[in-house]
Amino acid sequence: MTERIWNILAESFPKILLPGLRMTLPLTVIAFALAMVIAVAVALIQFAHVRVLSPLCRFYIWVIRGTPLLVQLFVVFYGLKAGAHMSPFWAAVLVFSINEGAYCAETMRGALEGVPAGQIEAGYCVGMRYTQIMGRIVLPQALRTAFPSLSNGLISMVKDTSLAANITVAEMFMATQRINARYYEPLALYLEVAAIYLLFSTALTWLQRYGEKRLSRLGGKEARHA
Amino acid sequence: MLEVRELRKSFDDLPVLRGVSLKMNKGDVTAVIGPSGGGKTTLLRCINFLEKADSGTLTFDGNTYDLSAISRRDMAAVRMKTGFVFQSFNLFSNKTALQNVTEGLIVARKMPKAQANEIAMAALRRVGLQDRAGHYPSQLSGGQQQRVAIARAMATNPEIIYFDEPTSALDPELIGEVLSAMRDLAHSGMTMLVVTHEMRFARDVSNHVIFMEDGRVVEEGPSADFFAHPQEARTRDFLRTISAEK
Repeated sequence: MTERIWNILAESFPKILLPGLRMTLPLTVIAFALAMVIAVAVALIQFAHVRVLSPLCRFYIWVIRGTPLLVQLFVVFYGLKAGAHMSPFWAAVLVFSINEGAYCAETMRGALEGVPAGQIEAGYCVGMRYTQIMGRIVLPQALRTAFPSLSNGLISMVKDTSLAANITVAEMFMATQRINARYYEPLALYLEVAAIYLLFSTALTWLQRYGEKRLSRLGGKEARHA
Repeated sequence: MLEVRELRKSFDDLPVLRGVSLKMNKGDVTAVIGPSGGGKTTLLRCINFLEKADSGTLTFDGNTYDLSAISRRDMAAVRMKTGFVFQSFNLFSNKTALQNVTEGLIVARKMPKAQANEIAMAALRRVGLQDRAGHYPSQLSGGQQQRVAIARAMATNPEIIYFDEPTSALDPELIGEVLSAMRDLAHSGMTMLVVTHEMRFARDVSNHVIFMEDGRVVEEGPSADFFAHPQEARTRDFLRTISAEK
C-alpha cells in the first residue's frame, strides 16, 4: 500500500513539476511583469493627478479589487473567448496581470506618496524637470519601500495561478487533478503539489531577500547597516 | 538684479502676503526677519515658484515675469540661475552627499560627470564635508545635511541663493557650523536672500534687513541702521522681545 503511494508520487513528480516549469512559472513571471508596468503607470498617473486618466485609474482599481479573481477569469475566458481568439494561457496572463496590477498600483501609489514632497521641490530648485525628479529621486525610493509588499503579491500570484486550471490552462494543479483521476490518491497527490508550490514560493522568498539587499542601495537605505 | 513688486498671496481666504515689494543688488545679503506666520517663507516660495502667487511681478536678470502666470519654461529658466536651501534640508535620500550636489549639474545642466564631480567636491570642501562625500543623508547629522544642501545650492553657480530658515530645524549646537558656511558664502560675494530667526546673522552678516509682519514689509534698511535705530514701534517691540529671549 505504502509502496504503491511512493511509486505514484515518484512517477507523478516530474509530471507535476514539468507543467509547473512550462506553465505556472511563465504565467507568473509574464503576468507579474505586466502587472508591474500597469502598477507603475497607474500609480504615476494618480500621483500626478492627471486629468481624466486619474479617475479612470480609480475606476479600474475599484472594479478589479471588488470582484473575485475566479470570476474575472471566467468573464474573460468564457465570456470574451468567442470574440477574441485567445489561448487559455494568454487569457490567464491577461487576467492575472490586470488583477495584480490593480493591487500593486495601490501599493506603489502609497509608496510614491511616502517620499517627502520636499525632495520634489528640491529637485525643481536644482533645475530638474518633473520626469527627471520622478525617475531619479521619487520612483527609486518608492520601489524600495514597495518592494516587500510587491514581493508578497508575486508569491501570492504563484499560488493563485492554480485558479487558471478552471479555464483549462494545463498548469501544475490541473496536471495533479488528472493524475489523481487515474490513481485516486487525493491526499498524497494534493500534498505533493502543495509541496511543489511551497518549493516555488520558497525560491521566490530567497529572491526577495536578495532583491531587497540590492534595492537598499538604489533606495539609499544602506545607512541602517552602516 | 532682483526685484519683487506687489506680491500678493492668499491661502484659501487667508491673506499671507498683502503686497510685498523688495529689491536686491548683486552681492547683497538680505535678511528677512519677523514673527512666525508673517509670510516670510511664503515670500521665498512664491519667488521661486514653489507656491503660485495671486499677483505680483518678479524682475530677475533683466526679465520681468508675472508671478501669477509664469510659464513652466520661464520657471525652469529662472531656477537654473537660483539656489534654494530649505528649512528641512530636503536632500535626496537615495543619493550620496556628492550625488546630491552633482544631480543638478549632470541631470539639469547636462554637465559631463567628471567635471560635475570636481565642482561638487570643491563645493563640499567649502562647507567642510569633503570626507563625507560618499555618505547618504541618513548617515549625516542635521548640520551636515544642511551644509550639503548649501553645497548643492552653490555648486550650480547661481546668481542668488534663497535660504528658508536654514537653521530652524537644527539642534542648537549644530547651528554654528551652518551659519559659518553661510557667512563664508556671503563673504565670497554671493547674493543671498535669507529668511531667518538668527538675529546675529542678520546683524553681522547681512547688509540689509527686511522686517515682515502680517504679510507686509513693516520696515527695512541697512543692517546697521536697522538694528541701531529702528523707526517703527512694531520693529522696536519685536527686537526687544527677541533680545529678551536670549
